[in-house]
Amino acid sequence: MIDYFFQLLDHTYKILFLLIPVLVSVAMVVWLDRRVWAFVQKRRGPNVVGPFGLLQSLADALKYIFKEIIIPASANKVIFILAPIVTMTLALVAWAVIPFSNEFVLADINVGILYLFAISSLGVYGIIMGGWASNSKYPFLGAIRSAAQMVSYEVSIGVIIINVLLIVGSLNLTDIVLAQSKIWFIIPLFPMFIIFFISALAETNRPPFDLPEAEAELVAGYQTEYSGMMYAMFWLGEYANILLMCAMGSILFLGGWLSPIELYPFNLVPSPIWLILKILMLFIIFALVKAIVPRYRYDQLMKLGWKIFLPFSLLWVVLTSSYLFYFDLLPKN
Amino acid sequence: MKISRFIKTIFLTDFISGLIIAIKQIFQPKKTINYPFEKGKISPRFRGEHALRRYPNGEERCIACKLCEAVCPAQAITIESTEREDGSRKTTRYDIDMMKCIYCGLCEESCPVDAIVQGPNFEFSTETREELYYNKEKLLDNGDRWESILAANIKADNPYR
Repeated sequence: MIDYFFQLLDHTYKILFLLIPVLVSVAMVVWLDRRVWAFVQKRRGPNVVGPFGLLQSLADALKYIFKEIIIPASANKVIFILAPIVTMTLALVAWAVIPFSNEFVLADINVGILYLFAISSLGVYGIIMGGWASNSKYPFLGAIRSAAQMVSYEVSIGVIIINVLLIVGSLNLTDIVLAQSKIWFIIPLFPMFIIFFISALAETNRPPFDLPEAEAELVAGYQTEYSGMMYAMFWLGEYANILLMCAMGSILFLGGWLSPIELYPFNLVPSPIWLILKILMLFIIFALVKAIVPRYRYDQLMKLGWKIFLPFSLLWVVLTSSYLFYFDLLPKN
Repeated sequence: MKISRFIKTIFLTDFISGLIIAIKQIFQPKKTINYPFEKGKISPRFRGEHALRRYPNGEERCIACKLCEAVCPAQAITIESTEREDGSRKTTRYDIDMMKCIYCGLCEESCPVDAIVQGPNFEFSTETREELYYNKEKLLDNGDRWESILAANIKADNPYR
């Protein structure tokens, strides 16, 4: 009994050790996003609260906490309240399998990448529940758009992951990173990285694929009826998902925690720092893309997903597998 | 034509050139100012909060001719006057309803003695409506507070009148 209790305590500590940094970095990353966006437009961005405005997200969060939560009279209350919780929980749960270094991973499971993929697929439920339970036109349309979009782009992300798995021969994220110790997969699979990046933009509803919350047409999409803390939870979940996609990109293509060169000064940097730097770099590109692109039309979005990305990534699977087979490089274990 | 466009699409050239432009913009000087801490330059003609000015000897300039009251398109100004012992006509009441006011500057234009002016202050928001019903004391107080800037503005704008 007491053993069990200690084990529970141990796990709780581990989870908190991962969860709190993730939540703090989500807040910081919102600041970074707004700052990069402002800088591209020659504005200053949030720079008042705290040094360089770093605490702006904290101030926003406080504001959200003190605001009233309004539940529409005709809303389905249970699902309405459940939706933001589902979104945030799923976005945070997925971090369990992200390996920050050789030893530092919360759950080193054999099917890590499948787990990640499954959880990010479930993310659409939070949005659909929120849109449906609001019982209002704009959230509903936004939720439907979002569902269609996320499902479409998940397909091509899945096929891209198959590319990586063919080379590695394992579903374990640690193995995937270690397989890149000779060469990062971004070099042999560069087109796949580009498609993964664009699909990740669509998957997380970022511009140019932010149709679910197209403010010109849909007010704020599925979040329209939400206020206060519930809105903040959607917002937290969204950015946690974006960070997760960046982490996924750096683990699959940019060599995870491995340093770029195995030389003296680079070896000294602790491995989690490398992963964090890679995630940040990808996120800055996310933020830059938000600043420069106009929104896609809905049919263009669907065309890009189904008619271009899916066939192209499937073709690349055939190319990769035939290359590996021909040169006898298939992983054997 | 079509092939070159196809190649452009495949290699995302437009996107990359856009990205490079965006990165260049990041390092350029900012076009916005840190508003509450630093303020933009204001023209001498700026039409902000109203003020009633005085002569250097402390006498009110306003002669209660009521031209401003007559010209005011929003009818925001209310003036009542009386004759003083020395025979001069002075106001007993000079009210401006700052919520009716449309800040057109016609009162300032119409004033023959430069008594009512609109100063450079635009930060006079209040928490209640009542505070925005300006009376004579408030306006004269504004005039005393901003006099140096008001006089300089009138002087600077004089050649164009």
